[in-house]
Amino acid sequence: MYLIARIADQPVALPAASVGSVIEIDAIVPVPRVEAHVAGLFALRSRILTVIDSRVVLGLTPIERGPHMAAVVVTVDDHGYALLVDAVEDVVEASRPAPCPAILEGYWRAFAAGVVRRGEDAVLLLDLPAMIAGRLPQAA
Amino acid sequence: VDDLLTDFISETRETLDAIAGEIVAWEADPTDRTRLDAIFRFVHTVKGSCGFLDLPRLQRLSHAAEDVLADLRSGNRTADAALVTAVLAVIDRIGELTDAIESGEPLSDEGEHGLIAALAANASAPSAPVQPVPQAALPTRSVSRSIRLPVELLDRMMASVSDMVLARNDLAQRLREIEPSGPLNAAFERLSHCVGDMREAITRSRMARIDTLFALLPRMVRDLASELGRKAVLEVDGGDVELDRELIEMIRDPLVHLVRNALDHGIELPEARRAAGKAETGLLRIVARQAGNQILIEVQDDGRGIDPDRVLQRAMAAGLVQAEQASGMSRARKLELVFLPGLSTAASVTSISGRGVGMDVVRANLERIGGTVDIESRIGHGVRLTLRVPLTLTIIPALTVSSAGSYFAIPRSVIEGIVRAGGCAARIERIGGALAVTLRGAHLPVLDLGRFMGLADEPAAPQLLVVLRTGAGDRFALAVDAVHDHQELVVKPASPLLMASGIYAGTTLPDNSRPMLLLDVAGIAAAAGVHTAVQIQEPAEEPEERAILLPSLLFRDLDGATRAVRLPLVERIYDVPVEGVVAAGGARLLAHKGRVSTLHAAGPLPTEGTIRVLRLSDGAAMLHYAIDEVIDIVDLEAALAPVPVAGPIAGVALHQDLPVEVLDAHWLFASAVRTDAEQARPLCLVADADDPWAREVLTPLLDMAGYRVSFASEAPEGRVAVIVASGETPAGVEAPVIRLRSGPERERPDDDSIYRYDRDGLLRALQARVAAGG
Repeated sequence: MYLIARIADQPVALPAASVGSVIEIDAIVPVPRVEAHVAGLFALRSRILTVIDSRVVLGLTPIERGPHMAAVVVTVDDHGYALLVDAVEDVVEASRPAPCPAILEGYWRAFAAGVVRRGEDAVLLLDLPAMIAGRLPQAA
Repeated sequence: VDDLLTDFISETRETLDAIAGEIVAWEADPTDRTRLDAIFRFVHTVKGSCGFLDLPRLQRLSHAAEDVLADLRSGNRTADAALVTAVLAVIDRIGELTDAIESGEPLSDEGEHGLIAALAANASAPSAPVQPVPQAALPTRSVSRSIRLPVELLDRMMASVSDMVLARNDLAQRLREIEPSGPLNAAFERLSHCVGDMREAITRSRMARIDTLFALLPRMVRDLASELGRKAVLEVDGGDVELDRELIEMIRDPLVHLVRNALDHGIELPEARRAAGKAETGLLRIVARQAGNQILIEVQDDGRGIDPDRVLQRAMAAGLVQAEQASGMSRARKLELVFLPGLSTAASVTSISGRGVGMDVVRANLERIGGTVDIESRIGHGVRLTLRVPLTLTIIPALTVSSAGSYFAIPRSVIEGIVRAGGCAARIERIGGALAVTLRGAHLPVLDLGRFMGLADEPAAPQLLVVLRTGAGDRFALAVDAVHDHQELVVKPASPLLMASGIYAGTTLPDNSRPMLLLDVAGIAAAAGVHTAVQIQEPAEEPEERAILLPSLLFRDLDGATRAVRLPLVERIYDVPVEGVVAAGGARLLAHKGRVSTLHAAGPLPTEGTIRVLRLSDGAAMLHYAIDEVIDIVDLEAALAPVPVAGPIAGVALHQDLPVEVLDAHWLFASAVRTDAEQARPLCLVADADDPWAREVLTPLLDMAGYRVSFASEAPEGRVAVIVASGETPAGVEAPVIRLRSGPERERPDDDSIYRYDRDGLLRALQARVAAGG
């Protein structure tokens, strides 16, 4: 099962098993002096999530702030994160991930874990821990 | 040990229940290796625990069963029905004994030898019916008074109750808007109270006795001492102190490290100790106690101590300290260098303490959980390390500040005070574009929070300064736009992405449900380079520790003995008429220039004429000491040969090879202070007894400024000199009143209240009112 989201007009897949929930975020408390892809903090009831801007991770312009930002809640090493995306589309059954057939460039290459097939379409599978760490393996 | 026993019983019982199935399966197929292994593990664990808990009968049984099972595992014996029965009988017996230990009922050991004998290889087979004591009636097993819970469940309970508190706060606010008072409100208050109680109970359920940690130490000390050729006894005290389970885990490594260090580098070899005139057996003392919101753990040895100058030399050799920083470094500061990364004071590298490094790790581990570590040492007498850890990881008292619209929390433990910038007490200067403030003679760098955080480009003129002191002793002032409330915050670990910045200690969710960051003050100091800046200013106190030689006043006492007193304590030497001395209540008092104070005299006073007295002062209290004559001012060694009894003599120092008794100023003031100093301190009545701010923030300030503090809810002892109130003033007390307001601005032009963080204004007003009141 994969969650299909949209980042910069590009459909991406996230393993549904590692996604806690999909939420809407209205306001983010900014955190100074941290890496640029950390948008800030958001409280989901009493749980404090670190908000990650997935577009910044991928070297794009930040996601526009507004009262209805879509985010995917994931837990990595006991810490909760909210991954901001442009939109969440669907949860689908898909094939096992396969190595990416195309030669990806730069950021996409750093954060892709392979592709899954949704029907006829190939959807890029994102490497969640790498997205959250937000660091390129080497200078791309 | 009771706790350990309870743990043992519940663990044994749980495992017994769990392996019951295995036993049946093994009985059916004695060659089943996995079942055999499970049963072997069980008896092996029981044997290990029994040795530790001193339960000889259980140990004999489990030992015998273990031997047989080991033989079976190695193939030296094969299992037959008789053997299986014998093993099962022993395991049943272990269960019965465990129940007996818990219920406290005696269980006869009749037949136990038979059980063990039945395990032997040549035991007469099934013919000997191995029937243990007839199965006791089942219901005798008493209901266990303790249960085991996974910590994860406790964490979930804690998270739920935190959610509940937030929901309560939200509801409280909405309720206030629609119905400020009334029956609905009263019902809500009750509910709100229950939620509070529940939160406290759940917090407590996460606590455990520090015993669980201390229980490791005796064995460790014994093993290490024998490995290192040391002789050492361990004294442990305060095992009943409770703290957060997780914290216990987190101080385990630092504590073990300190114990290893003490044995490896502190306590000398027996010959060396004998040569130094000490008992061959070293003493390692570990004491835990609770002090307010903190737990103190002291690790003290009576070994060779640490030479601060050698620490400094090593730090300089390692390039950690520059020559210009080294000059004028106080003794305490030099000792603190042992916490620098990459410094080793051990002359030799041993396997026990690794490469001699690790004190930096100890400090880092403690700071991660909001704790600190201090070191004191006397050469030749030993080292004392004091670990301070918060009571719980999750709740810490903190002050909320804001700059450029962003809110941050600062742990109360690092805050020295709050001053309004620009007042005469806090003079701000601009040095090369940076700001510094002069506070009570100390020059501190000023760090603008808004600019440091990149929230404001140009710092506005600083408004409020929060004076901070890091665990490493660096002091600086943080300029903020506003200081908000002081509250207990539930702090959770921040994600690694935030921790990587090095300036945050955690996240917290205050009542308004807006996440807030808790600042790591030491990290901010490091990131802003405060460390180098502050080294210009060395704290000038600590006269006792500053040097090995201390200037002292040598005098002949009234009983003819030559004694000495540390010079800084002596304020004046003068002659007073003996008529001024009165004996009152077993003590002598001296009336001099309108003040009455304690007079100490070691011998009879003349009946007429004048006597010569030393006026001693500790900065706040003073007392007089009658002498015969002053001999000289000399330098005496700081290290004294102590005298065994507490009294006016602290110890003996050598002067020109003759012994000189040195007065124990601490004892003198301790025995005198109640007679005068307490009475001399004006009594200040604080009206808002229930306000945590009044208790936590205001009271220490008043206390330091020399006032005795009493709360309106208590009956004041003595005449009230002044009342400080934010709201209602207590009825029936006649005294001048100082009103405090929570905002810096006056509400009306004729408002004569004082902003509660205006320290100088408050102290001036206190002085004026007390003086006017006479």
